[in-house]
Amino acid sequence: MNINYLASLIAVIVLFLLAYVGVEAAGLRYFFGVLLPYLAVIIFIVGFVKKIVGWAKTPVPFPIPTTCGQQETLSWIKPAKIDNPTTGFGVFVRMLLEILFFRSLFRNTKMELREGDKLSYEWEKWLWLFALAFHYSFLTVLLRHLRFFLEPVPGCVKFLESMDGFLQIGLPGIMISGILLLAALLFLLLRRIFIPQIRYISLASDYFPLFLIMGIAITGILMRYFIRVDIAGIKELTIGLVTFHPIIPDGIGGLFYVHLFFVSVFIAYFPFSKLMHAGGIFMSPTRNLTTNTRATRHINPWNYDVKVHTYEEYEDEFREKMIGAGLPVEKES
Amino acid sequence: MSEPRPDELIRKMEHKSPQKGWMDTPVNIRKGMYCYASNPKSVEYLGLPNARAWNPLDVDWKLPPDWKEIIHKGFRERLDKFRSFKIFMDVCVRCGACADKCHFFIGTGDPKNMPVLRAELLRSIYRNDFTVAGKIFGKLAGAREMTIDVLKEWWYYLFQCTECRRCSVFCPYGIDTAEITIMGRELLNLLGLNIDWIATPVANCYRTGNHLGIQPHAYKDMIDFFIEDIEEVTGVKVDPSFNQKGADILFITPSGDVFADPGTYTAMGYLILFHYLKEMGLNVTWSTYASEGGNFGFFTSHETMKRLNKKMYAEAKRLGVKWILGGECGHMWRVVNQYMDTMNGPADFLEVPVSPITGTRFENAKSTKMVHIAEFMADLIKHKKLNLDPSRNDHLKVTYHDSCNPARGMGMLEEPRYVMKNVCNNFYEMPPNTIREQTFCCGSGSGLNAGENMEQRMAGGFPRANAVKHVHEKYGVNMLSCVCAVDRAALPPLMDYWVPEVGVCGLTELVANALVVPGEAERTTDLRGEELQVKEEEDKNV
Amino acid sequence: MFNKKLVIAGLIIFVGIITFPFWFNQAKVIAPPEVKLTERAKEAKECVLPDKLKMRGEHMQLLDVWRGTVVREGNRKYVGTNGKEYEMSLSNTCLDCHSNKADFCDKCHEYASVDPYCWDCHIDNPKETK
Repeated sequence: MNINYLASLIAVIVLFLLAYVGVEAAGLRYFFGVLLPYLAVIIFIVGFVKKIVGWAKTPVPFPIPTTCGQQETLSWIKPAKIDNPTTGFGVFVRMLLEILFFRSLFRNTKMELREGDKLSYEWEKWLWLFALAFHYSFLTVLLRHLRFFLEPVPGCVKFLESMDGFLQIGLPGIMISGILLLAALLFLLLRRIFIPQIRYISLASDYFPLFLIMGIAITGILMRYFIRVDIAGIKELTIGLVTFHPIIPDGIGGLFYVHLFFVSVFIAYFPFSKLMHAGGIFMSPTRNLTTNTRATRHINPWNYDVKVHTYEEYEDEFREKMIGAGLPVEKES
Repeated sequence: MSEPRPDELIRKMEHKSPQKGWMDTPVNIRKGMYCYASNPKSVEYLGLPNARAWNPLDVDWKLPPDWKEIIHKGFRERLDKFRSFKIFMDVCVRCGACADKCHFFIGTGDPKNMPVLRAELLRSIYRNDFTVAGKIFGKLAGAREMTIDVLKEWWYYLFQCTECRRCSVFCPYGIDTAEITIMGRELLNLLGLNIDWIATPVANCYRTGNHLGIQPHAYKDMIDFFIEDIEEVTGVKVDPSFNQKGADILFITPSGDVFADPGTYTAMGYLILFHYLKEMGLNVTWSTYASEGGNFGFFTSHETMKRLNKKMYAEAKRLGVKWILGGECGHMWRVVNQYMDTMNGPADFLEVPVSPITGTRFENAKSTKMVHIAEFMADLIKHKKLNLDPSRNDHLKVTYHDSCNPARGMGMLEEPRYVMKNVCNNFYEMPPNTIREQTFCCGSGSGLNAGENMEQRMAGGFPRANAVKHVHEKYGVNMLSCVCAVDRAALPPLMDYWVPEVGVCGLTELVANALVVPGEAERTTDLRGEELQVKEEEDKNV
Repeated sequence: MFNKKLVIAGLIIFVGIITFPFWFNQAKVIAPPEVKLTERAKEAKECVLPDKLKMRGEHMQLLDVWRGTVVREGNRKYVGTNGKEYEMSLSNTCLDCHSNKADFCDKCHEYASVDPYCWDCHIDNPKETK
């Protein structure tokens, strides 16, 4: 057994028990329902902002964009305006494609050694596809939850929900995003467990967020389809939180508190983990810089003078030899 | 013991991951896979720390007693200086997309050659020393303490990366392993842990102006040899100028091309081209002081890079030229394109480069004031300023290897191809996943083209060689062209090993073969003295 | 190079989005919907499920079961956990007692943003004919 995913799984199970027992046996409803969520949100915002500010305080001393296409040089050669962007607009589009569609990951190939000695590279779309599915379904689920935090519920949230549930299967109607989220998570987890290379590079901190988000999704799905909870009561609680009039309504089961606890842990964990790739992508110097590096001078704020071997020192050492070879010199002797 | 045969090397590429985790697998420094340690004299000449003789195979690396503190402080300092480093330490999600993009991983199968793990070697220390999660959860959060074994692992694997940036093309966050390797090597250099194939060229370059330590009179001698060879082949006597004040353009190219075949033919190509253009108003001079385009300082530290690079502008200023023309070189162009202006600029004593022949203003180089020879030649050909006879390259079936740095640190993809298609009739591309921004490294870049690490070089160059083999078998390609001096030094043995019968040449060599120089004798051989193919049309015309 | 302005602008936008629910509701006291019972409902004292909270949480599933039983099996008889017999009919049983849809059903549904399609067919308590 692999200690990394076992440890993560156990951690999530322990978290589950903590919240469930804490609420059902110890009655710590206010703690899990009000205090922890507030604390988590504060940690999330402060942690996130601090991390970004920490990155931003470090300068980008050199322009090091990765050029993934033709540079802009001679007027008759067509430049790759997005993959080798010389303008701010080009960078904007490059970043947009990167952030919204994971463009670099889209390029992914899979290497194989065939017939003994022939290397082949095949387009590998699954990671890209499931990564995209995961992020977008997670976003949809998140936005749908705005119905618990806004009163009155805006039309766009209702619309999103009706789109998400357009299949109208079952009652309550199945939400595509929830199923997709779980499926994508499962894919991302299984590839970590079963592809030897990926298992080899995976840390416990790679499995933990997967299990945790799975925990969030599963408890959510359970509440929606299987173990009924009082939605109106839950909204009372959540609205209480966002209006700073916290209240613990009666009759909300432990499962909800587990769900809420998982979410709290997730957002509090966020700024201290690899999940910060969400902020990092915006600031990655190989992607967000223009490539007109020979046309515009980039300033390095800590540029300092260095010791160099000057021409004078050079000539002093080799003057005679230079004169002998007929090379021009500054001083004749 | 000599290096393993190709079939033995392929059998080694298992790409299997060991049962034991990578943190628990200590480094095994293996002969053939590493370069010798730096010569203390070279380290001392540059005034870099901890110069002493040491051997990577020894248990004792003769480190300063406070080496852990030096690394820790050095790490901290670089986190505060380079946003790239800080972000790349934090955001990797270990998705594994980079794994099989690395030529060293493909060629060796060693899991620690996956770019993600190479970076994790540093990240594990970063987490332990600088992050809350690492301090609390330790190994579970991927943190570990710095030990001598970790340091040895760093050294071994950071000198198994050629900073080619191929992985950074595929990374969804643009994490660039070159950046990680650069920082890691800087840290190692704080302890005097360089390799000699880098340290000595750097010391040479600092003193004599070029990596090979060619002194000014010898440099001129070597070019004089080329002048004789050129006269033999073409019947034309070229007359280059050196260190000439008042010239319009300073020409800087890697010294490797002055020193050894097949780069020498490219150097001869420059001489012929400049001679041809002289009549048309080109006034170019070579420098013996700035006689190196390449910059192995780039593989040592940012500071060393700057110290060597400074000569380019200094010499341009001293000679009073208008702008600088750069020869064919890989990492030189990464430095020129992305670092030089920032480090040693502004070059306000130079003018925006204008081709004296065509009048083209190189707006793309208006600040750095340095133009690539391929850009310069493409412009000449487009304006029909060169009288070319591509059939003189008919004995060659040519493919083109995009050198890593001009491809991924610049984006010079079309210019060389345009030139190529105008100077030779038989041009074939390698498969799409192995060229342009996805090009594979020669396996010997970033200072790794030594003799003692042949197995490493042949393994690392395998993906490139494999693609050449493909076009060799399919189209009968017999010449691999490139725009990089390290390539010209590294690819010939790689071809001999994997794809015998394929030669290596520079772009300008092909141009010079095809260039019809006024007053030349009829050419019967190319610059290498190889017989030209008899023209079929002429036979038919009789 | 720091790109200070861009980073700060980005952070402000980020925090703005994250805290959107807080300022959207403007810290108002938002009372939960008060469900009004008709006189008849008050008199009856208990519903088909005697547990009020269970009724709130599970009525949609009960209705789903009823629909299945009536349409597929033709069975309209429902015996509650309290032993009482009811006719399985949204219009005739539920809405007969809870005839104030706007104050009873809609209030909660709107609050929780659920949009049941019961009323696509059962428009405002029309008495079903047997």
